[in-house]
Amino acid sequence: MKPGFFLKESIRSIRRNAVPSFAAFASVLVTTLVLGVFIPVVQATNGAANDVRGRVLVDVDLNTTATPAEEARVRAELVRAPHVKSVQFVSKQAGYEQERKLNPQAFALIGYNPLPDIYRVTPSNPNDAGAVRAELDQSSPLGTRLVSDPAIAAVQNRQAETNKILSATRVIKLTMALLAALLVLASVLLISNTIRLSLFSRRREVEVMKLVGATDWFIRWPFVIEGLFLGALGGAAAIGLLALAKVTLVDPLANTVKLISQPDMIAFPILIAILMGCAVAVSAAGSGLSLRRFLRV
Amino acid sequence: MSPTKTIADGRLKVTLPPRAPQPQRAPAPRPATKRAAGPARDERDLVVELRGVSKLYGAGDTGLERATFAVRRQEMVFLVGPTGSGKSTIMRLLIKELDPSEGAVRVAGRDLAEIGRKKIPYYRRNVGVVFQDFKLLPNRTVYENIAYALQVTGASRKQIRNTLPDILRLTGLSTKLHNYPHQLSGGEQQRVAVARAFAGHPPLLLADEPTGNLDPETSIGIMQLLYRINRAGTTVIVATHDREMVDRMRRRVIELRRGRIVRDEATGLYAREENTNELGDRLRAESATVDAARSVLGPKQSKRNALS
Repeated sequence: MKPGFFLKESIRSIRRNAVPSFAAFASVLVTTLVLGVFIPVVQATNGAANDVRGRVLVDVDLNTTATPAEEARVRAELVRAPHVKSVQFVSKQAGYEQERKLNPQAFALIGYNPLPDIYRVTPSNPNDAGAVRAELDQSSPLGTRLVSDPAIAAVQNRQAETNKILSATRVIKLTMALLAALLVLASVLLISNTIRLSLFSRRREVEVMKLVGATDWFIRWPFVIEGLFLGALGGAAAIGLLALAKVTLVDPLANTVKLISQPDMIAFPILIAILMGCAVAVSAAGSGLSLRRFLRV
Repeated sequence: MSPTKTIADGRLKVTLPPRAPQPQRAPAPRPATKRAAGPARDERDLVVELRGVSKLYGAGDTGLERATFAVRRQEMVFLVGPTGSGKSTIMRLLIKELDPSEGAVRVAGRDLAEIGRKKIPYYRRNVGVVFQDFKLLPNRTVYENIAYALQVTGASRKQIRNTLPDILRLTGLSTKLHNYPHQLSGGEQQRVAVARAFAGHPPLLLADEPTGNLDPETSIGIMQLLYRINRAGTTVIVATHDREMVDRMRRRVIELRRGRIVRDEATGLYAREENTNELGDRLRAESATVDAARSVLGPKQSKRNALS
């Protein structure tokens, strides 16, 4: 293999086939740009959805008469139970302070603290909230409740609220996944089609090369390098535009719009690396593979 | 004198006896009548050998039917026949663009069926090919087109720089180095194609209708070039339907009709080898004679001449 020769060949062919080369470059640019906008949007949406799902909790109310020993026993039971990620103790007093802040007038009217001590249980998976509740609070066939521990007064998982959150976030996640898959498919099709077209116009050239005794890879390398080069160029241009958009549009808004400042959103350098890698790999592989059909001479 | 040799109107005519298939590399006795002149040859001298080769195309068309012939080293052979007679099929079989349906094609003693797909490019480097439509790379200059044939073999830039001037001089292209194919006349393009085919000094050169698109004078130039290459030691096989040209070249002729070989003989083979200029002069002189005859006989007659 002679890298210098292949490099020169591919540069020549880009120059000689300016229009198809530009089309390939532009299609890489556009799809990378769309992908570059879309990935953070998916991330932000998913992050928001996960944030909401993280609020799915199960409250375990203790009897108001529960002794510290009973409290400790319940805690141990909760920690041992399946599907439980963490258990947080909210004392009567703490609960009262919190609620009073939200609704001062109502609590002023009551005049005393009606709240029990609470264990706030976070399920390991939001979908398991129901299971956690069922584990601790089973309904008997007779309709009486069988609480797993006498110190537990009630188990609440805010059923309706939880279900709403879960179904809404599921729809959002599925939609996003579907859109992402479609977008990736469209990008690959667009790029490979552009490459195919530009190769089709050069199939005679490939045929002649085969007839003079060029091996498949001797013909293919310049095309692969060309794809690599155009992919890198398109990717770089798209990333440049994205960076520009980030600096001028997104960053000033980040402080005011919560969605943009999601903590678990992808870091810009990683995003760049992913986009660049995709652009280069798809273009190079596309050129190399699309050529196969014309190499059968 | 052997019964197959006759002297007719000053030209020596040699009819070759039918070639029986002979085992490869067996020290076969050389029939005295095979060539009028030439050094001792044995079976290893066979550059091309077709044995009972048939080629059927998909729709039941016959491209070639049980063709058997052999070409010796340094021979110049013409395949003639109307379109569809199987000339191009033979050419395409020889560069392994097609595989025979039946029979064996051997080049330099090697059965082409043994060459795997991966090895085809390496095989093709030993066979120069010239096409009717030139098949030049449109985006490359004359120099680059010819150099490409060497680049595929892995030749270094220095080697190419050393070899190319000779080929360019041989083909008379020294002044057209930096022109692109579309800036050249048909004859010049064909000379580039010949130069490219000959660049690697292949032992075998195939030309499929090399003069099909060219006027008579330019055709003579191309024939001279092929003749010169042949005299330099390369076996040359030319497919053409230009029978007048073939007759004037006075070389071995294999005539095909509907895929069958109907004639295989060396018409008017000269005992004395001409040099290229002599050949060119003679071709032009005879061409002029034919033209004169045409003007006397009228267009109808000359048309029949051309087709017969």
